[in-house]
Amino acid sequence: MTVVAFLILFPFFAAIVLSQMKKPGRVRDGFVYSCSALIIAAVVYLTADVLTAGRSRSYLTDTRSLDQAILAGEFLLMALVFYYGFRFRKYYVVLLSAAQTLPVAWMELSGRGVEGQVHLSVDNLTVTMCLVVGLVGSLICIYAVGYLKDYHAHHKEYRDRSPFFFSMLFVFLGAMFGLVFSASLTWMYFFWEITSICSFLLIGYNESKIAVRNSFRALWMNLLGGLGFALAILYCTLVLGVANIQDLVNLGMAAGGKAVLVPVTLLAFAALTKSAQMPFCGWLLGAMVAPTPTSALLHSATMVKAGVYLLIRISPLLYGSLSGILVTSIGGFTFFAASLLAVSQSDGKKVLAYSTVSNLGLITACAGVGLYEAVWAAILLLMFHAVSKSLMFLSVGAVENSIGSRNIEDMHGLIVRLPKLAFVMTVGIFGMFLAPFGMLIAKWAALKAFVDSRSVLLILFLVFGSGSTLLYWGKWLGKLVAVTHQSERLPDTVHKGEWTAIGTLTALVILLCVLFPALSAGLVQPQLVLMFHTRLTAIISDADVKVMIMMLCMIVILPLVMRLLTSGSRSKVVPAYMAGVNEGDDRHFVDSRGRPKSMYLANWYMEDRFGENKILKPSLVVSAAGLTVLMIVAIGGAL
Amino acid sequence: MSKSPWVLHYDGSSCNGCDIEVLASMTPVYDLERFGVVNTGDPKHADIFLITGGINAQNAPVVKQLYSQMPDPKVVVAVGICACDGGVFKECYNILGGVDKVIPVDLYVPGCAVKPESIIDGLRKAAVLLDEKEKRMKAGAPARKEG
Amino acid sequence: MVWQTVLRILLFLICAPFAGGLLDGLDRKASARMQGRQGPPVLQPFYDVWKLFHKQTIVVNRLQDFLVGGYFAFSVFTGCLFFAGGDLLLSFFALTLAEVFLFMAACSANSPYSSMGAQRELIQIMSYEPMLLLAAIGLYMVSGSFFVDDMVGRGASAIALLPGVFFGVVFVFVIKFRKSPFDISSSHHAHQEMVKGLTTELSGSELGLVELAGWYEDVLLLGFLALFVLNRGVWSIPAAVLTCLACYFLIVLVDNVFPRVRWDKMLGWAWAVTLIFGGANVLILALVR
Repeated sequence: MTVVAFLILFPFFAAIVLSQMKKPGRVRDGFVYSCSALIIAAVVYLTADVLTAGRSRSYLTDTRSLDQAILAGEFLLMALVFYYGFRFRKYYVVLLSAAQTLPVAWMELSGRGVEGQVHLSVDNLTVTMCLVVGLVGSLICIYAVGYLKDYHAHHKEYRDRSPFFFSMLFVFLGAMFGLVFSASLTWMYFFWEITSICSFLLIGYNESKIAVRNSFRALWMNLLGGLGFALAILYCTLVLGVANIQDLVNLGMAAGGKAVLVPVTLLAFAALTKSAQMPFCGWLLGAMVAPTPTSALLHSATMVKAGVYLLIRISPLLYGSLSGILVTSIGGFTFFAASLLAVSQSDGKKVLAYSTVSNLGLITACAGVGLYEAVWAAILLLMFHAVSKSLMFLSVGAVENSIGSRNIEDMHGLIVRLPKLAFVMTVGIFGMFLAPFGMLIAKWAALKAFVDSRSVLLILFLVFGSGSTLLYWGKWLGKLVAVTHQSERLPDTVHKGEWTAIGTLTALVILLCVLFPALSAGLVQPQLVLMFHTRLTAIISDADVKVMIMMLCMIVILPLVMRLLTSGSRSKVVPAYMAGVNEGDDRHFVDSRGRPKSMYLANWYMEDRFGENKILKPSLVVSAAGLTVLMIVAIGGAL
Repeated sequence: MSKSPWVLHYDGSSCNGCDIEVLASMTPVYDLERFGVVNTGDPKHADIFLITGGINAQNAPVVKQLYSQMPDPKVVVAVGICACDGGVFKECYNILGGVDKVIPVDLYVPGCAVKPESIIDGLRKAAVLLDEKEKRMKAGAPARKEG
Repeated sequence: MVWQTVLRILLFLICAPFAGGLLDGLDRKASARMQGRQGPPVLQPFYDVWKLFHKQTIVVNRLQDFLVGGYFAFSVFTGCLFFAGGDLLLSFFALTLAEVFLFMAACSANSPYSSMGAQRELIQIMSYEPMLLLAAIGLYMVSGSFFVDDMVGRGASAIALLPGVFFGVVFVFVIKFRKSPFDISSSHHAHQEMVKGLTTELSGSELGLVELAGWYEDVLLLGFLALFVLNRGVWSIPAAVLTCLACYFLIVLVDNVFPRVRWDKMLGWAWAVTLIFGGANVLILALVR
């Protein structure tokens, strides 16, 4: 219990201290490092504790005073939204915030709330999320120390609000811990709203016009989801008499899907907005204007995972129901459409954003299937994606600070200019879509799950989407490994803190694919047994695991073997073939007038086919239409 | 090596007559491929450098660069009288002369335009030369002078 | 039985290059005869590869060796995995890894022809990957397992239940075998559009390795076609061999008849065939079973 309380409350305390540490310097850096280290230690301790005990725990049934504190917190959040809404004259957020906070407050204050239920619980899924939030999140905080210094050095036009930034990061970590530990719907809703506000504040960090605009877009979309959450809570409390997610699931399993269809659909809606599924992907794309630690922490590794976490929690109820159809269709469609859109982007962060939306779509679809295999795939995807994607974001941030651009075209020949970063990014990209790394394993499991559950539409989305996924990652990879002769190696200005984070994540990507059988057996399968009351034998067989370990070893040994084989011979190095008119420096050729002309190798972006202006609007329209129709049918039919 | 002579065909300053004859040799009537000859356009893949037309100031460095990008063993065949010594255009102000002005030539196939039979004959002889060069390369003979 | 698996792997390792080279030679001979000429001897590909390994090594950068080695190693690995009776999906993923290595080798050369070839190669992979994945899924639905051993152990041939998928696979194999009309990234010999595309900057023993890896891959692909025909009965073996040779001949015929198309046509047609033939087949299977 103490560890749980520590994990929730300590980050808030750290945030308060950090907001007061106005002076940048070693003291503040050291404080951030030590807080992060403490959080990592606590998470590891909790994991060991829960896994050795082998059962889930719950706490806090009598929480009168805490409930009142949380209610006060909700009003505080509403006041915050009111303040910003009025200050920037965006009245719709004011309306949305009021529309959700006031009914829930009324429910609590008029004594209609359900009392005496468990408010915090810890099971394997909680531990999994804690590991993701605690390990990846803390590493990102460590990274942020070095990154923010460079960020403000390069962008003197933005006001330096780093104390605010760091405290927000820790507030967010605390909120995420609170969210995953919450068993009660109202408590989860409270922490959910904190994360929305954090995202809003962090996106608007640099206070530029575009940042403010994008932060409000994120706010209204997330508040809309929050409204759905609030309505679900009202229904659960007033009509069904349940206050906990687990009770809701149990009720649904016992009484049948129809009884819980309304809250499940509403909760699914909230999750879909939080995880930036179509048609709500716009806020995540816009959120890329924020500094990289924000993009990594909130918008790829953790906050957006809150949405799919909720879906995984209610996944037994999604199986075979209209809400399940809603979730799988939206998820599958998002996976495919976002992967097509990523092909036409040349801004590195936008590619990563679309890739995040796409992979979240896959996790969503898996959760929506609601069967053992699919949810297994969903949890694994969640873990692997968090690690690989945050690694990619952190590397892109470091590259942006070094070369001044995050455009993929400018990363041409990075392996010569910034070899360490290029290597790390190569590992990250491999980790996102190639065997034997984690994401591929999880995608494989998802495919199997879709086939076994006969969801042909999802199968089609997945196979076509994986083709375009390979295209956009492959293009980036090609740019990184171009060996441009006579390029200067750039000085390594990446801070030690940044390297700690990046290095650890790289090691994790590789380690996770070795450890995945252990993770599956120790962490994931027990959770699934708990949720589905059946046990399935290994979904990826032992023989396959051995083969994948072999492949991993081959990848590692290969460079050594090739070095040995070719060390004796002295190969002749010649310039690239340019029809005989190569100037010799790989960058110029002789034109027909005898003068040197620049050669430029660009990737294909095919904007006229895969561009945002071609695909985005139709995707948004189709998904919005589908979402609306299915929600009306589901809720209308059940009421 | 002589069983698989891959050719890089380059047109220096030719009137295209010899080029057309070279292409004709690849057609079904003369069929160079039955000897394993493949017209690759890539110096890195080629064994035989087949040049038609004379050398002028503009294509001299090009020919040298293409030659340098070919892996050993390699054979240079000058096809047509213009490639051998400048031919009809020898006295022109822009023509430096035949191919041997810039790179070492191993085989001269005169003609204006060269008959496909001569081209085939020349390539067969070039293939035999390839074998000899490969033997010398294996025995560690000193590298020939770079053109 | 471990020794049986080892024997199959050894058999594949030793025989596949010879089989692949012979197939390549037959392809060139057949194409030549279709064009009304005599054509090279059937053993020509072996002479070619032998020559390549005896050439001087020329590289554009120091990274190429490793990447081409990776392509070769994983191509062979995939074939071994497949013929040892392993997991079909994992074989595909390993094959994709091999292709990414070749792609990286082409990109590392920083040459215009190589890079263009590499971009086109990615489009090619994007075109055929959905169909191959659907084919694996179709075979799984029919045989209940992703393992090759289980797929060939069935009572009836899979093609009876998967005609659409089979057609789709043969269609995308035109892309895989780098034949017209879909040879946009690196074409065989006299057919170039961008010098040699992917392999422009490779030479000597590296090119030889790429050729050899291509042969291993060709045998693997034909083996995959055979999966549709093989079953427990002993007559299925000659039937499978005949089917493979017939399909291969058909692809050679298509190669000689059709001109190259643009990348968007290739992508469009491949995805359309995948959706219509593969998708419909899988949908029907899902509904009926």
